[in-house]
This record gives sequence, structure tokens and C-alpha cells, in this order.
Amino acid sequence: MELTSLTIKKIHEGLLKKEFSALELTKAYLEKVKKEDVKIHSFLSVCEDTAVSQAKEIDEMIFVGREIPLLAGVPVAAKDNILVEDLGCSAGSRILKNYTAPYDATCIKRLREQGIIILGKTNLDEFAMGSSTENSAFGPTRNPRDLTRVPGGSSGGSAAAVAANLCLFALGSDTGGSIRQPASFCGVVGLKPSYGAVSRYGLIAFASSLDQIGPITRTVQDCKIVFNVIKGKDVLDSTSVEAQSQKSSVNQPVKGLVIGIPKEYFVEGTDPEVIRLIKRAIDKYEEKGAKIEQISLPHTEYALPCYYIIAPSEASANLARYDGIKYGYSKGSKSKSHSLLDVYLQSRGQGFGEEVRRRIMLGTYALSSGYYEAYYLRAQKVRTLIKKDFDKAFKKVDVIFSPVSPTPAFKLGERTRDPLKMYLSDIFTASVNLAGLPAISIPCGTIKKGLPVGLQIIGKPFEEEKIMNIAEVFEKEYI
Amino acid sequence: MISKKEVQHIAQLARLGLSKKETEKMQKDLSSVLDYVEKLKEVDVSGVDVYSPLDGLGNVMREDRIKKESKKKDKKLLELAPEKKNGYLKVKQVL
Repeated sequence: MELTSLTIKKIHEGLLKKEFSALELTKAYLEKVKKEDVKIHSFLSVCEDTAVSQAKEIDEMIFVGREIPLLAGVPVAAKDNILVEDLGCSAGSRILKNYTAPYDATCIKRLREQGIIILGKTNLDEFAMGSSTENSAFGPTRNPRDLTRVPGGSSGGSAAAVAANLCLFALGSDTGGSIRQPASFCGVVGLKPSYGAVSRYGLIAFASSLDQIGPITRTVQDCKIVFNVIKGKDVLDSTSVEAQSQKSSVNQPVKGLVIGIPKEYFVEGTDPEVIRLIKRAIDKYEEKGAKIEQISLPHTEYALPCYYIIAPSEASANLARYDGIKYGYSKGSKSKSHSLLDVYLQSRGQGFGEEVRRRIMLGTYALSSGYYEAYYLRAQKVRTLIKKDFDKAFKKVDVIFSPVSPTPAFKLGERTRDPLKMYLSDIFTASVNLAGLPAISIPCGTIKKGLPVGLQIIGKPFEEEKIMNIAEVFEKEYI
Repeated sequence: MISKKEVQHIAQLARLGLSKKETEKMQKDLSSVLDYVEKLKEVDVSGVDVYSPLDGLGNVMREDRIKKESKKKDKKLLELAPEKKNGYLKVKQVL
């Protein structure tokens, strides 16, 4: 049995039937990481000792006949902007290179209570700002499907690790597409939950009105299991909510379903082969009894400019905490000749990478006196219009289908010189964050000799269960 | 195009030390992104409300009370600081 290509349910059954032990499973993953991650570089750190001792604890529970939760013994990785107590948490930045997390993020705490094994922390664009994982201060991650290409970003390490079977699932964070776009580039499943569905306590903040934590998995079923553990109200994140249970048919999720196809998402600029695969997926759903409806989201073209005001503005405020005094990289704090201002300027100037500096500058500009109304306030109003487009569409349709990204994975270095070109990878995903909606990316085929393409299924707020049920139909029958 | 002086002013507000070369590159990069977001000016936003996430949630209040943490946790947090003295963070002279 190939231990590193199971699902959560298969692991659970295997452990109960004593076909393998949690220790054997964890060791199989650790071995694979050691052997294969040299060329992919999806992990920033691996915690072998704690993983082994966690696995032994699970085996002990099984040995004495105690009941084990479904996730017990499942080897997992977390994006390196999610705090895991006593492990380093760099956010892919030099400024947090030597930072050790003093506590667990709520999502980690909840998963730990279910007995997961943490293998390590995965690579990302610095502070989750980027679409290729090339902005990591610790070197890029490569796409396991084609090592000359990027895995997408910013959760590129998480998506690559799952695609290469280096962990069973991984956690990512999504501010403008950072779970869905890398999931699509690497050919795995990625869920961006509704705003408020999952606690962000212990997530290193980037843009607080947009950030969400979500699972990256190989199957939709695994995605459901993980989401159901991490979701829900947390007193430590006042923006988290307990959503009412949604009604969704597991058995016949497609019968009578109305799928909206936004005309603005099928325009020039998108790879025709990507469009062909998305249309093929839509046809499959139509064959299964779904009704396809053309819709319009008229403010789509403003989503990305709107995002590139709001996200950097919030980032400039959130990243003000890195001051060289409380924690992280500090330059001149020990020197008598440096003033307090020198410590700020040098710690931040040297600690942050190029893209992060660019976004802090952009955000500071947009929020500065005299420009606030023209930029930030206007963007927040345009955001309302974007949300209203979706509200209106969802009166007619149940879900919306679109591509995840206009192209499959691009080559390393191809877009690093032009920030705007890089930003365009998020053109179909950013509006979902602006409107606070849930969306899932599932593989819907490959083009150009094996490059995966992702289908995005967008739902109404807190209808994660529904979009996952719909996604599962495609996965079961066509993959 | 945003001026060099403006870039320097923003860098000062953002507490970012930029070299001369970085300032020049920033001037170019910021200008190109600002040109791009100009597009938002086409939208008629008169009478439109500012977006509020989770509509209807409103403000979330809690009791204003100090939560006592364990000494171990205090120590973990303090250990992260580059300069400290007698259990306090050490900061340079402000005035």
C-alpha cells in the first residue's frame, strides 16, 4: 500500500484495522519530504521530532483501545503565516526569520484536538503578497507538475506539498486568490471559505477585511472534513461567526441547480484552452440536469483596481507592528548611535522585501491625508457595488462558475519584473474576497502537456457545504 | 507620475528606510499601479454606501477586563523582543 496517497477516511480505517501505524504513516511522509522536497522546496521547516512523538501518542491511544477522532494520525502542513506554538513562523519574510510562535492559531488548535500530526510549515510569498511564491525571502517553490513553472501563490508551498503527496492536506490563506489560484496551478482542491466562517486568530494579518484561512486537499471529501473542523465562531476573532446550518442535498446536488455564467469572466485575455476546459465542465453539469444561465457582473473590471487599493491600505496598517522593538528583525536597537526613528527605518527597510515595501507604500499613500477619499473611500464604495452585482446574480442563480485564473501555471521569472502583470493572475478570484463569498477551486483537466486548470465554483455566503457537494459530483464522475 | 519628494514623504510616514536607488524604482512602480487604479474614477459612486463586511454583524463588544496569562506565556512573548530589561521591553529614548 502506498501510504502517502491515501485519503482521510482511508487513513482512519487503516489505523483502526492496524494495517499500518500512525508512526509508519508519519515516517513515510517525512521520508518523502526529505527525498523529494529538495527540488520542489514546498517546506520552509520540517519538525520531525514533534511529528514522531505526536504519531506515537496516536498509536498509544489505538493500542489501549481508546476511540480516535477521524483526523487522528493525519500528517498535515500549515502555511508559514499560521502560528503553530513553538515552531518558527516567518511569513516568508526576513523580518520574521527568527520568530517563534508563542501560541497556536485557533484552526491549528481545533485540528490538534482531532489528533493531526504537524509535519512542518510551507513556503509562501512574503506576508502572502504575491501570486507565484517567488516573493518568498527564502527562495521560490516549484510546481511539482512541471518544475520549470511556479506553483502559484501565495499559498504555493501548501498547494505544491499536497500535489506532490508530501502531506495529506495543508492549510492556506486566501486574501485575493491565494488558496484557489495555487490549487488550480497544482491540480488540487482549494477552498476559500466565506468571510467570517473560519477564525483568523493566529493568522499573520495581511488585509483583515479580506483574509480567510482554508484547506488545500487532494479530494473534495477531505476538504469537507477539514473545513468542518476549523469553521465556526471563536471568541478570539470577533469577525468569526457561527453560520446557520445550510440546506444542501448531498445525494442530488445538481438536480434543478441553476448555474450562473458571468459573461465578464469569459472575455479575451484568457487562454482559449482554459476556456475550453471550463466550458466542458459546464456542459457536464448541464448533462446532469443543471440549468445554465448567462449572467452579468457589470463591475468585474473594477475588482482588481479596487483590490489593489483596499488590500495594500489594510496591509500598511497591519504591518506597522513590525517595528524592530517587540519582535522580529531589529537593526540598531543595541547601538547607541541609532535613534528610535533609525531603528524603525532600518529594521523595516531591510527586513521587508520588495513587493511588501511596494504595497506598504501604496497603502500608506492611499490612506494619507488628501488622498484617503479619492482612493480608499472610493474603493470601499466600488466594493459595495461589486457585492451588489453578486447579490443581484444570486437572486437568479444558485452558484456561479468561472475559471480560477486566466492561464495555467507560468514559468518562474516570467512575471516578476512587472508587478501589474503578476496582479492579473487574480482577476477572477479577487472579487470573491471583496464580496466575502465562499469559492472552491477544483481540477477540471489539463492542457499543454499536463498543466492543470481549475474550475471556480462561487456560492452565496456560508454555502460552503453546497459548493463542495456540487464540486464532488464533477470529481466523482470525471476525474 | 508621482514625484520623488512625494515618495520620500510617504516612505517617512510608512517608516521605511529606502535607498536612493530604491526610491527611484518605487517612484516608477507606484506610478504604474496608481495609473492602473485610476480606473476606479470611472465609476459613479454617488449615493453608494461604504462596504461593510458581514452586513448586520455590527460591532462586537466584550468586557474590558485583563486576562491573566501564565508566567510561561508571558516569558515566551517577552523572549521574542530584541532588547529587554527586568521583564520589560527596552525602547530608545523618545523625547
